[in-house]
Amino acid sequence: MAYSLKRELEKPERLAGGHRLCAGCGAGIAVRGVLRALDEGDRAVVGNATGCLEVSSFIYPNTAYYDSYIHSAFENAGATMAGVEAAYNVLKKKGKVQDTYKFITFGGDGGTYDIGLQSLSGAMERGHDMVYVCYDNEAYMNTGIQRSSSTPQFANATTSPAGSVIPGKPQNKKNLTEIMAAHNIPYAAQTTFLNDFRDLHEKAHKAIYTEGPCFLNVLAPCPRGWRYEAEDLAEICRLAVDTCVWPLYEIEAGEWRLTYEPRRKLPVEEFLSKQGRFRHMFRKGSEWMILKTQEYVDEQWEKLLQKCE
Amino acid sequence: MAIRERMSGNEAIAEAMRQVDPDVMGAFPITPSTEIPEYFSEFMANGEVSTQFVPVESEHSAMSVCIGASAAGARAVTATSSCGLAYMWELLYVAASSRLPITMVVSNRALTGPISIGNDHSDSMGARDSGWMQIYAEDNQEVYDNFLQAILITEATRLPIMVCQDGFITSHGVSNIQLIEDEKVKEFVGEYEPEQYLLNHDRPLAVGPYGTAPYYMEVKRQQAQAMKDSMPVILEVAEKFRQMTGRSYGFFEEYMMEDAEVAVVVIGSSAGTGKEAVNRLRAEGRKVGLIKLRVFRPFPRIPLAEAMCRVRAVAVMDKAESFSNSGGPLFNESRSALYDLPGRPYAINYIYGLGGRDITVDDFYEIYRDLFIIADTNDPGDVYRYIGVRDSRYEEGGFDHRSEE
Repeated sequence: MAYSLKRELEKPERLAGGHRLCAGCGAGIAVRGVLRALDEGDRAVVGNATGCLEVSSFIYPNTAYYDSYIHSAFENAGATMAGVEAAYNVLKKKGKVQDTYKFITFGGDGGTYDIGLQSLSGAMERGHDMVYVCYDNEAYMNTGIQRSSSTPQFANATTSPAGSVIPGKPQNKKNLTEIMAAHNIPYAAQTTFLNDFRDLHEKAHKAIYTEGPCFLNVLAPCPRGWRYEAEDLAEICRLAVDTCVWPLYEIEAGEWRLTYEPRRKLPVEEFLSKQGRFRHMFRKGSEWMILKTQEYVDEQWEKLLQKCE
Repeated sequence: MAIRERMSGNEAIAEAMRQVDPDVMGAFPITPSTEIPEYFSEFMANGEVSTQFVPVESEHSAMSVCIGASAAGARAVTATSSCGLAYMWELLYVAASSRLPITMVVSNRALTGPISIGNDHSDSMGARDSGWMQIYAEDNQEVYDNFLQAILITEATRLPIMVCQDGFITSHGVSNIQLIEDEKVKEFVGEYEPEQYLLNHDRPLAVGPYGTAPYYMEVKRQQAQAMKDSMPVILEVAEKFRQMTGRSYGFFEEYMMEDAEVAVVVIGSSAGTGKEAVNRLRAEGRKVGLIKLRVFRPFPRIPLAEAMCRVRAVAVMDKAESFSNSGGPLFNESRSALYDLPGRPYAINYIYGLGGRDITVDDFYEIYRDLFIIADTNDPGDVYRYIGVRDSRYEEGGFDHRSEE
């Protein structure tokens, strides 16, 4: 059956409203979108690394999740869910659990690109049947917008401020999706919120229903850290994709495939200029930063196109 | 009929794990506990257990796997030592506050700085405030017996538990042991039937909330209550174990304490050395005794104080330094326990055996000699002492009252 957002939205919610994420935050949209891809009737255990999502969606005594949920710490969402999955396998075999469960864990870029990378790598390498979803907002937002290895070059963050000598973060963004692909897991993909959420939905469904360890990297903008108006969230996601700053692609059984090709590749300024974190790049004398960013994006895009040939 | 065997502490633990057949084991190798997952992997490879063994990439993930598995409703176990335990530190608190029954073997080893693979208790003593129960063993028989009891204790109290043995001395030292038949062990530990768990069909569960100020402190209070309430549970499980094996366990063992005038309080394998000193001193007509502490968490404050109160002077032995400038952890808690009792003895502290340093029967002779001097002169001197250490400032000993004489 063809994808229909209307029909998907009629399914019972798995993330309740009333959680305390900011208006215009991508994290909650990522969680809702991914959990919507679960088939009705299938049960899930949802995991979470410490971060904005965790402290906003499970504040004792209220949980926003209809499914079972576990948070343990910041850097171990991969290993914690691996333990749940291991328990499921043995309890199912022993006949103590009857239902079919899926295991989906969420972490921000702090918990995924950085402090939790080892735990994630271990879980992927060992082959647990689970999905790890990174909601990537490109900085440590929960502690107040510090730079992460996912923060793009020149972005203004509180530990990489744009000053008179150093113009924001000096380093480029780490390519985590490719690192995950290098684990030779059955499915890895990059997505974000575009149009009717079909891309997110189809990738989430594949990740959940492909046996083995799967990885989803979801660009999930943060209005506080990126400095945009809440209502511009969808527009910013579209520009990230159409400028090829955040290409949409998937790696399925080793095959690289672009899932979206911009009709017209837009210049990076269109993405950058919408966000306060890049404001200093538009001052007089900063033109080189935009050029450098464009060069980097072009180079990465070309490499990706070659992989997807 | 019990099975007579010869094996090391690590092998005995692995054997106990095989008999228990836990649902999930997450483990990462570290000397001197490495053999435990090695032996266990053999059992896995030969189809002798139904466990899901998760060979993680770090101890941090080993504990995380145990947390996930236990929350999901599985009986979870692990084993570690030293820096491995230190690396788990954050998750120890998560496991305890989430009230997850997890059994962890600790083959005690010094913490790095400098790196040492020798035995001492700085690893588990460092984790003493994490909300885990801690049971220590003198020899391989005790560590085997403690492990089996720990499974029942942790599941009854919903407090995770460390089963500690002295690295190399017990973990690698081979000695005679009586094993229990597989069927009896299985009957003893039974099936794990958690009340609430993630994979519960009827009732989904959320674990690991953000605890705001109106709730956080109550969680801690409940953990403290659970630790208090675990005291009778430990004794009930020990009684059930005695009925099966004839071997008796309590919070501590009193050795020649009936008429003792001075005594030593010690944890772990060094109790064996201490007992030998007691035997020899008794043969010389000296009334000396020894208390071997088995359960450190919960700390058996009142019974231990009462036992210590029967002597005139007591030496509390710490195989861990706490750099507090007031002695080791066992000393501070034991001495504090004595405070309210009338007729309390003098209590002094010896730091000993760090990083695998031997403690000998002669050392215990010296300690007992000091205790008699204290009792006879009514002068405890400096209560914070070292034994078996070189120190350029003194002829022998560290913070030693003798240099001030």
